[in-house]
Amino acid sequence: MAIWFARSRNIVFSLRHNLNLPGILIKRDYSPRPAFTNSQLSSKSSVFLDSFTSLRHESTAVEKQLDLVQRSDEENPDQELDFPGGKLGSTSKMKFIPESSPLRVPCYRVLDEDGRIIPDSDYIPVSEKLAVRMYEHMATLQVMDHIFYEAQRQGRISFFITTVGEEAINIASAAALSPDDVVLPQYREPGVLLWRGFTLQEFANQCFGNKADHGKGRQMPVHYGSNRHNHFTVSSPIATQLPQAAGVGYSLKMEKKNACAVTFIGDGGTSEGDFHAGLNFAAVMEAPVVFICRNNGWAISTHISEQFRSDGIVVKGRAYGIRSIRVDGNDALAVYSAVRSAREMAVKEQRPVLIEAMTYRVGHHSTSDDSTKYRAADEIQYWKMSRNPVNRFRKWVEDNGWWSEEDESKIRSNARKQILQAIQTAEKLDKQPLTELFSDVYDVKPKNLEEQELGLKELVEKQPQDYPPGFQI
Amino acid sequence: MSAIIHGAGAATALTTFNSKKLVAPCRTNLPARSKRCIVVAGSDDASKSFGSSSVLSVRRPQKLIANAVATKTDTSATTGHELLLFEALQEGLEEEMDRDPHVCVMGEDVGHYGGSYKVTKGLADKFGDLRVLDTPICENAFTGMGIGAAMTGLRPVIEGMNMGFLLLAFNQISNNCGMLHYTSGGQFTIPVVIRGPGGVGRQLGAEHSQRLESYFQSIPGIQMVACSTPYNAKGLMKAAIRSENPVILFEHVLLYNLKEKIPDDDYICNLEEAEMVRPGEHITILTYSRMRYHVMQAAKTLVNKGYDPEVIDIRSLKPFDLYTIGNSVKKTHRVLIVEECMRTGGIGASLTAAINENFHDYLDAPVMCLSSQDVPTPYAGTLEEWTVVQPAQIVTAVEQLCQ
Repeated sequence: MAIWFARSRNIVFSLRHNLNLPGILIKRDYSPRPAFTNSQLSSKSSVFLDSFTSLRHESTAVEKQLDLVQRSDEENPDQELDFPGGKLGSTSKMKFIPESSPLRVPCYRVLDEDGRIIPDSDYIPVSEKLAVRMYEHMATLQVMDHIFYEAQRQGRISFFITTVGEEAINIASAAALSPDDVVLPQYREPGVLLWRGFTLQEFANQCFGNKADHGKGRQMPVHYGSNRHNHFTVSSPIATQLPQAAGVGYSLKMEKKNACAVTFIGDGGTSEGDFHAGLNFAAVMEAPVVFICRNNGWAISTHISEQFRSDGIVVKGRAYGIRSIRVDGNDALAVYSAVRSAREMAVKEQRPVLIEAMTYRVGHHSTSDDSTKYRAADEIQYWKMSRNPVNRFRKWVEDNGWWSEEDESKIRSNARKQILQAIQTAEKLDKQPLTELFSDVYDVKPKNLEEQELGLKELVEKQPQDYPPGFQI
Repeated sequence: MSAIIHGAGAATALTTFNSKKLVAPCRTNLPARSKRCIVVAGSDDASKSFGSSSVLSVRRPQKLIANAVATKTDTSATTGHELLLFEALQEGLEEEMDRDPHVCVMGEDVGHYGGSYKVTKGLADKFGDLRVLDTPICENAFTGMGIGAAMTGLRPVIEGMNMGFLLLAFNQISNNCGMLHYTSGGQFTIPVVIRGPGGVGRQLGAEHSQRLESYFQSIPGIQMVACSTPYNAKGLMKAAIRSENPVILFEHVLLYNLKEKIPDDDYICNLEEAEMVRPGEHITILTYSRMRYHVMQAAKTLVNKGYDPEVIDIRSLKPFDLYTIGNSVKKTHRVLIVEECMRTGGIGASLTAAINENFHDYLDAPVMCLSSQDVPTPYAGTLEEWTVVQPAQIVTAVEQLCQ
């Protein structure tokens, strides 16, 4: 069932043309919006909407203007200056564009904190089947995070990164994409892979770096990669995936595929040069890329107030000519709608889109971090309990009669059982043999690597007692 | 004094590289100074080498090249056409783009401008400005873009306007380009070609006279080749594009206008093979890129003085063609390396170590390496000339080694 909204390009074009008139400096938000409201929907049934429904439903919550400069009477609208880049109006009043707007860009949300849909919201309805699936995955992700974290504390795996607090971003964004969309993750989005069908056993295998790991034991835990699921292998350096996403978008555009590139970045990663270059490139190439920034407030110990001075990341989109939206990252329905819309825009209009998902990093940055050292424990507690995205979505799903207490305990105990089993199995499996140290560096092993492999083999055979038991050749 | 067809045969049993035996499968000994003609290797065994396609043409040794810069046109070739080195690169690139629709080009000013050194001239008109893409100025970004595109099936040729600028792309080249095939467990391949001019030019200043091969040589997972003649420029360009591995192709700013007659037929040069420029008996001189011409100029003087140097253009900077080099060392027992890299940490330094390790028993004298000094390249013409190894120094070094 595909519920969609129509948009009028004519209106957008004519309004954009108006922007070129000199002197008019108030920018209105012309971006398309979904065409239906909550009042048109019945919560218990799947709804098919007429695609020609009213286009420009303007919900006051969404439509706040980003005023740049006040319109002034002293501007001369007849003067047109011609410079590379197009015609400009001129003004004899020296006015600096303020560094910030008096009003911050508002956040798009659909569910309130009690899991009830805000009246008159724009959003894409979610069926019972989809909603239940989304919730199940969010719950599984929570259990997975908890158990793997504990496993690291027990010394069974060396390292782990949790997604606590960001489950809605992980799962709702994945649910909004098509399986052909290529995902380039940062490292805090395993939920996307989980949604696409990566099994719990496969997750465990990668964390243990055993023989069954698709990455052949070559990367740290949580650096999952699966070409089957169109999910690029996680690479540790921050933001390197953003220009690569522009490249993927370019590739999809060249081959005219009905797919886009989707890439994730955190608030800290937007300081990297690659962020600016990647966005700029995607805009210039008109590449179908959806950039999702998880603004969770912290980059290890660096708070966002020390990371940038702009109003978050959403305002940066305009600087590159990229359509952007700020969404409540803890609201699964809002994230779903925004990502789904963005994806359609990216593919149909062949343009990049930027989504800033506001959230909070409840967990530590990683198992090598203790966040109580730089932030208040009650702040963490507050976000964990009162602003929990999983609970919020659960309330909505339960209110619809799609979920019960019984389902809850079943999913959690099943997930727990499966994950524990997966860990046990993964732990027992052998590690990669020595031959995998030298393979895949190139497509075929060159002489020097063959030499080095032989040398190491001889060494191990000569002194097996110096190597760990089960060290295979 | 034999030219050898280099075939790694890695697909067969593990070849033990034993310097005592220097045996590798599928070798054919050819008479020296045979006519230059193109051989298409028939069987897969003879042509197997990592990353190369099935059609492999092999270069036979040329006659003695006595001139320093301009290569003599070989009139004994049956068919051929004369062109400049940058045209040869362009021809190779164009042929590969015709052959495979996945090949694309990206870089600064490569599109309608035709490239700063005209290597991509005319390609945007022919293939469109999406396939020959002008990018904004951010080397790290367009290199990353190329890597992302490669992982989804394209074969990008990424141009750095000057190799020195690719220092900005080091993160993408080292951490992603070289590593992702390995860290993904072989799931993703990155068949990119990164190319651009480097080396010391004519008074371009320190930042534009870099020898990046020194910095890149440690990165695991990449291959590096350096072209020096129109023939090998076209051949290496084509081989690099066809390779499944990321390849960095080093061109030299001063060699773009070299003229040579190259064959009309389709040919590629093996990426891992060194080129025998001048067979000899007394001393092995290893060099690459522009220094090849300084060496050949010195060779002329040396021949007049009665020496018989063997000159090898190593071409493959990573990995070294230790087979060809080894055979030469075994014959001459003396090695001189002439390079443009700096003394510390350059290609010459690695090559010296490799030769000493593998061929120590065959050496009658220590390996000598002539390199540029460890200074930024100055702008002033005279100073700049002193940082680059000159033919006179090469002659002196040979005389010293051959005492």
